Amino acid sequence: MISRIFPLLGFLLLVGLLVVGLKIADSKTNVPSPLIDKPVPAFDLPVLANPDQRMSRESLLGKPYLVNFWGSWCVTCRAEHPVVTELAKLNAVYIVGMNFRDESADAMAWLRKWGNPYDVSLTDFDGRVSIDFGVYAAPETFLVDPSGTIVFKHLGQLTWEVVENEILPRVANMESGS
Amino acid sequence: MKPNTVLFVILTLTLAISAYAQVAPVQEPMVFETQQQEDRFKQLTLELRCLVCQNQNLADSDAQLAHDLRAEVHEMLLAGKSDDEIKQFMVERYGDFVLYRPPVQTNTYLLWIGPIIILLIGAVILRVNIKKRAALLESTPVDEPGNEAP
Repeated sequence: MISRIFPLLGFLLLVGLLVVGLKIADSKTNVPSPLIDKPVPAFDLPVLANPDQRMSRESLLGKPYLVNFWGSWCVTCRAEHPVVTELAKLNAVYIVGMNFRDESADAMAWLRKWGNPYDVSLTDFDGRVSIDFGVYAAPETFLVDPSGTIVFKHLGQLTWEVVENEILPRVANMESGS
Repeated sequence: MKPNTVLFVILTLTLAISAYAQVAPVQEPMVFETQQQEDRFKQLTLELRCLVCQNQNLADSDAQLAHDLRAEVHEMLLAGKSDDEIKQFMVERYGDFVLYRPPVQTNTYLLWIGPIIILLIGAVILRVNIKKRAALLESTPVDEPGNEAP
């Protein structure tokens, strides 16, 4: 009798593992960023619309801001564009667009075509800054507090739920705290 | 030749051609100062995960990010960084997940010890079974005809 129950138990255990595995499979692609609660990686990049002007991590200190990595080649960026636009309308947080691995002409055309929700876009042409941010998919969005610390990261398409539940409360918190 | 044979030969040849598709090099040529550097580069890119296509390592992947990260590894090697420093660079940005060989730490104990535990459980089950069968054999006379062990 026991010898029959053992294989069955083993099988049930495997089924259990499969169920657990399937459950976490969705979150598996969401690699936790080691950058949370760390200072923003250093950058000093030309402004997309005016390459003579540069912007650095230091020049953004003192206010909360959102860093949104995007490219004209990125289909999901186009999909999240309306959400970023809605967020920009609220004027709740300064939005920095990181245009990475992109041709500036294409990027400008993209902004003209779909509208420009960014307070400023910076050109990370060779993607070096995106590597320092640990970006491996586009879009990726980081929320930075006034002291220059990353407090939140969202991987992939930004949804209004994320804006409402994760980003806006944190921004409000920073403002009441300072 | 029978039509079937012809078809068989054609299909076999087609399969043989497709085998070449897998060995096509994905890597851009890279210049190293020493053979040792090149060996370390190969070893490192085998051990680092490409995060875009998560079940490939950096050496195998043709994704743009893998290209860039290979270039990054190459540059750090030439700059005289150690293997640990290069891995640290990756972990700081992408987390432990980037390492195919995860470090032994509290949240990976199960990963490292799990297989040994399963092996031990298997050994115990095996031992119990062997003992049971030995006892069964002893209690069953085998030599008498018509009374063979089931």
